[in-house]
Amino acid sequence: MSASLEKGINALKKEVDSTVGAFFSSCVNCGMCADACLFYTESPSPSRTPINKTEPLRRIWNQEYTLTGRIGKMLGLAKPVDHEFLEKWETLVYDSCSLCGRCSMVCPVGIDIALMIRKTREGMAAAGHAPEGLIGAVTRSVTIGSPMGVKLPALMAQISHVEKDTGLKIPMDKEGAEYMLLLSSMEIMNFPEFIEAIAKIFDKVGVSWTISSEAYEATNSGIQIGVADIAAELVQRIVDAAEKLKVKTVISPECGHAYMAIRWDGPNLVGKAFSFEVKHILEILDEFRKDGRLKISGKETQKLTYHDPCQISRRGGVIDQPRNLINLFTENFVEMPEAGKMNWCCGAGGGVSSNERADELRLKVFQRKKDQLDEIHPDGIISACSNCRIHLEDGLEEYNMDIPLLSLTETLAEHLED
Amino acid sequence: MSEIEFLNWVRGPAFEIATVIFIAGVIIRILEIFLLGRKTNLAKPKGSEMSGGLHTIASRSLPDKYSLKRSSFKIISGYIFHLGLLVTIFFFAPHILLFKEIFGFGWPSLPTPIVDAFAVVTIITLIAVLIHRLRDSVLKFLSSAEDYLIWFLTILPIITGYMAFHRIGMTAPALLAIHILSVELLLIVFPFTKLMHAFTLIIARWYNGAISGYRGVQS
Repeated sequence: MSASLEKGINALKKEVDSTVGAFFSSCVNCGMCADACLFYTESPSPSRTPINKTEPLRRIWNQEYTLTGRIGKMLGLAKPVDHEFLEKWETLVYDSCSLCGRCSMVCPVGIDIALMIRKTREGMAAAGHAPEGLIGAVTRSVTIGSPMGVKLPALMAQISHVEKDTGLKIPMDKEGAEYMLLLSSMEIMNFPEFIEAIAKIFDKVGVSWTISSEAYEATNSGIQIGVADIAAELVQRIVDAAEKLKVKTVISPECGHAYMAIRWDGPNLVGKAFSFEVKHILEILDEFRKDGRLKISGKETQKLTYHDPCQISRRGGVIDQPRNLINLFTENFVEMPEAGKMNWCCGAGGGVSSNERADELRLKVFQRKKDQLDEIHPDGIISACSNCRIHLEDGLEEYNMDIPLLSLTETLAEHLED
Repeated sequence: MSEIEFLNWVRGPAFEIATVIFIAGVIIRILEIFLLGRKTNLAKPKGSEMSGGLHTIASRSLPDKYSLKRSSFKIISGYIFHLGLLVTIFFFAPHILLFKEIFGFGWPSLPTPIVDAFAVVTIITLIAVLIHRLRDSVLKFLSSAEDYLIWFLTILPIITGYMAFHRIGMTAPALLAIHILSVELLLIVFPFTKLMHAFTLIIARWYNGAISGYRGVQS
């Protein structure tokens, strides 16, 4: 990734389309997005107002694509887009935004602010103003195949543990399987129980599935940092593997942005509609439930709640499925205030967790989640994103709260009828 | 130029010029948006762009209860002055006569004392909005000269209109001329500033809702 200001400006220009034009034309600087953003409410600095984070893109749009902006530029009135300016914006665009999209839901004129911040990142990265932590994750994704540097032998070691524990075979590279499972590095390293849960559930339901040894990584740091070429390359690896194995459906695991990356951005990044379907694991499990293929026994009696991962619920549209599934195995399920599409982000999505520089801030803004949890005092929190899960655990520890985190898929697997 | 001549110029040629700039400007700005184009989404849809888009055009006029609590001043003051503008511009009998002259059709007006009350409330609210903008740290930070300019150009016609109706300070023709002039100023500046949101918010809301709707999220 050789970066330059020129590349940055060109990348921003490439991001301008009619949505950007309509959005910027409509902003009246009302500031309501600030009230919707946990990075502002928990650490109030006016510069963290979501719409302000899009300023690099706004300047380019205004100066290059509007009549008044072009006249202003000719008269020498245009505000500069230079390294000094972009550098100032780097922490706003990367450290102070998890792309959670809550701002996009409250904007009275309807601006999809999170989308515009995502677009702004394309210019920031191309100009060389992306955080070290994310650059490292991207480099590892391209060279090793995983943002955390997880190599195939590490996955195979975890798989052999799972096989020993369950007595079930994890089908690798099985051609013609119905489902191809993707995993996040976080799951491979920290939560191999997820693989175990999938093996048990899919065995009980009786479907054929596989993991590709060539494309098992679901996450896409190219999207988080905002480099479309790299994001496309990472998606292409999955497309190639899915086509090679002739699978019907690719499963996005318990990871928020991976779902956004492969389900919604993927085909647009590679410039081709997929020949297979992409579904989130929660969608697959809910289909099993609907078809009566999930036999569940026993109910959790403790008070449980569900943390909606932003990219799965608000940005991804998978909101009812987790609740349908949770109802199968809980009898005391309680929603947090503002749950569902308006849920508050844990604070670590959108690449924030890969960016060590943002560690302090992400724990500070966790206060928002704490407040939400304090309203209902649950005995456990279920989620469906291992990034949320790790950060929630971090945050709870930081705030001395002792609430266990549960994976939806894993908890469901524990309740399978024998 | 006598007062009457001035009034005639303001009502005649000046009004025509302002109207042409307004209409041409709005068309240019809207074309400017659509000509940017938008790539076709290649991901398989899970819902409808159209129903999401239409839903959001309507639903964004109503805040959710939590936002209402968090941004109460912005939302309530916003409702009041927009409603005030709607009533004073479109439901004042003399204005409707003018629209009838231009469009060939009119609509029922509201009693003058009611419109008058709306004008007063709108002026007070807009002043409160300005004070809020100057005092709130986020708004102060975000605001550019343009924000203050459009505030001024918005309140001016209501103040001059109020003065013209109550004949405050000057002769009736002079007051009316100033009022019309202030409206013309607003019309000329409108397309090239954030005032355009009155039109473009429909497009913006549609896109926002369409993006969500496509993914099966109701926004």
